[in-house]
Amino acid sequence: MSRHNLQIDKNGRLRHFLCISGLNRQLITEILDTAESFAGVTKQSVKKVPLLRGKTIVNLFFEASTRTRTTFELAAKRLSADVLNINITQSSTVKGETLLDTLRNLEAMHVDMFIVRHADSGAAHFIAANAAPHISVINAGDGWHSHPTQAMLDMFTIRRVKGADFGALRVAIVGDIMHSRVARSQIHALNLLNTGEVRIVAPKSLLPAHAESLGAQVHHNLQTGIKDVDVIIMLRLQRERMQGALLPSEHEYFELFGLTEEKLIHASPDVTVMHPGPINRGVEMDSEVADGPRSVILEQVTHGIAVRMAVMSMAMSRKEGDTG
Amino acid sequence: MPANDTATRILIRGGRVIDPANKVDTIQNVYIVDGKVVAFDHAPQGFRADMEIDASHLIVCPGLVDICARLREPGQEQKATIATESLAAASAGITTLCCPPDTNPVIDTPAVTEFIRLRAEAAGHCRIVTLGALTQSLRGEQLSEMAALGRAGCVGVSNALQPLLNPLILRRALEYAATFDLTVFLHPNDHWLANKGCAHEGRVATRLGLRGIPEAAETAAVARDLALIEQTGVRAHFCRLTSGRAARMVARARYDGAPVTADVAIPYLYLSEMDISDFDTQCHLIPPLRTVEDRQQLRDAMQQGTLSAICSDHQPHEPDAKTGPFPATEPGISGLDSLLPLCLRLVDEQSIELADLIHRLTAGPARILGLPYGTLSVDAIADICIFDPSSSWLLDTNTIRSNGLNTPFMGWEMKGRVTHTLLAGKLVYALN
Repeated sequence: MSRHNLQIDKNGRLRHFLCISGLNRQLITEILDTAESFAGVTKQSVKKVPLLRGKTIVNLFFEASTRTRTTFELAAKRLSADVLNINITQSSTVKGETLLDTLRNLEAMHVDMFIVRHADSGAAHFIAANAAPHISVINAGDGWHSHPTQAMLDMFTIRRVKGADFGALRVAIVGDIMHSRVARSQIHALNLLNTGEVRIVAPKSLLPAHAESLGAQVHHNLQTGIKDVDVIIMLRLQRERMQGALLPSEHEYFELFGLTEEKLIHASPDVTVMHPGPINRGVEMDSEVADGPRSVILEQVTHGIAVRMAVMSMAMSRKEGDTG
Repeated sequence: MPANDTATRILIRGGRVIDPANKVDTIQNVYIVDGKVVAFDHAPQGFRADMEIDASHLIVCPGLVDICARLREPGQEQKATIATESLAAASAGITTLCCPPDTNPVIDTPAVTEFIRLRAEAAGHCRIVTLGALTQSLRGEQLSEMAALGRAGCVGVSNALQPLLNPLILRRALEYAATFDLTVFLHPNDHWLANKGCAHEGRVATRLGLRGIPEAAETAAVARDLALIEQTGVRAHFCRLTSGRAARMVARARYDGAPVTADVAIPYLYLSEMDISDFDTQCHLIPPLRTVEDRQQLRDAMQQGTLSAICSDHQPHEPDAKTGPFPATEPGISGLDSLLPLCLRLVDEQSIELADLIHRLTAGPARILGLPYGTLSVDAIADICIFDPSSSWLLDTNTIRSNGLNTPFMGWEMKGRVTHTLLAGKLVYALN
């Protein structure tokens, strides 16, 4: 069974949401449009819609996360679903239960959707391939592979700030591309939306082999990499990268690849700065930039709820018994 | 099963006998007495067959020699046993197979070798030879008692897939092995460069976000090992090359006269990194499947003889071992059942001549292992594989005989079917 067919049913509707690759432009535009309709809801005083009333959604997190899990939980609750949070790092797999056993046990409780985060690339795909037919799986991040809802909320943010014509945009993604599921998903999404120019900026030690094959121009110099770009997406740098000899120090990284007001003059004057969070201030960027007028970092978080509501409701809107 | 396993005089009538070591390819009878080939074509004086095998339209070749098959016993009997896997080997035309030392306990004492030999004899389907551990418990720290292992029948020594991190210890191990004329079987893989990866570091791993094993993990190890082979004068064999570049390095060293050989496992001649695109855990192999170009270059090196043996690299697993996210699954393919038909497909695809192919499955590996099998001369041990080259069958859960159902070739149509296998003149397998 192909990964790409796995997430779309026979009528072309979303069945699981595992990765951006394999989706088409129409579908991701539909996600953005649906999210737009939910964005209003989240600002009302009564923030709930009854779309998923009676449904049970399981947040199945095998890897620690606060932000992503919380926004998924909020999104589910605003759709009136019941939410179960399961943190497996302190649960049964430690006791020797296999991933499949965990899955079967939860299925036996008649749940409707799994939101999955796992440290292994391909984990969400594996769960989708093995879950009961009525269950939808949403990938909340698998290894270095994919984090599609993060990419969609970033696209949503870009569309809100810059308008729907991605063809007119230059976008640079800066930082640890090699270990980033966010970057991989963003590059796919930007290309699906026909973005004018997609660039990645990093030292060679933070780029995967054949990085250009992801669908982006490769730059090793921040100044040229962000020259005239409309959007800069800074990636989080994990502290353990220093131990792996991928970088000498945070100090040198910040000096060469950290974003400062001074360096921003190379970008387009109305450049927008993004970051999937959490930020290491003084490593990826200055506080001045992070909290400055060009930053939309907190909007990204807010948009995350609407986008996740959109993805959940679309995946659950398939008719009963339609297993695609 | 054996129609008549007490027969001591056997006539194989009218088959196309292919014995590459003697450059024989002709239709003739084969006469066997007391476990040995005694004559071709015309019966020796007074010969009366106890058993006759009609081999018309069939190919008669030396029994296949598989240079690496894991039988999972001792230690991992939930996956397979010597009895189950040696039966699968016999039905696949394999008469000799070589078991690497990474069993549990490790083959680092004569007792474990002896245990495997006794189990193989009790099963009686196939000859099983072993490689002894190069270092104690394969830890890469202290040398194993190689001389004793050699005396106990180990055909060589190896650290299997376990890293030998310290080049000085490797040097000493090679020197010590050379002292006792033992061939060292090396798995070229630089532990640090491999960096706990699970796939070739290339476009597919980049897209899927899988931790990559660069080609340099193999080539850097080959370069280091070649330098130490030259330094120590040991006879060495490179196991399971995966990259065209490593194959060219070995070809160059052989041209320069280094006492080195190398093999390839059959999956690497058919599959590439592209096959893991859907996180297909059946294609999770260590060392990893590399590029489409590498696959072609391995075929070329195999055809030219740089890779003088093709093996199954048989690694049977229970289903659970392959059920999970790709990086969390165990690597390896169950390969005995499909070894010969997949190899014959190389002939159909014009990658190699039939006689050369049979050489890579018989005399080639036998020579590497220093064994007298893999040929059909008069007086040779009568290890014989008879197969129908045009018979097709489906590899599925009904036809596969290994305990391991883990193969990406499941559902493939296999062309070429073994009809009889003789081990030292004893019929150990007959189709139907």
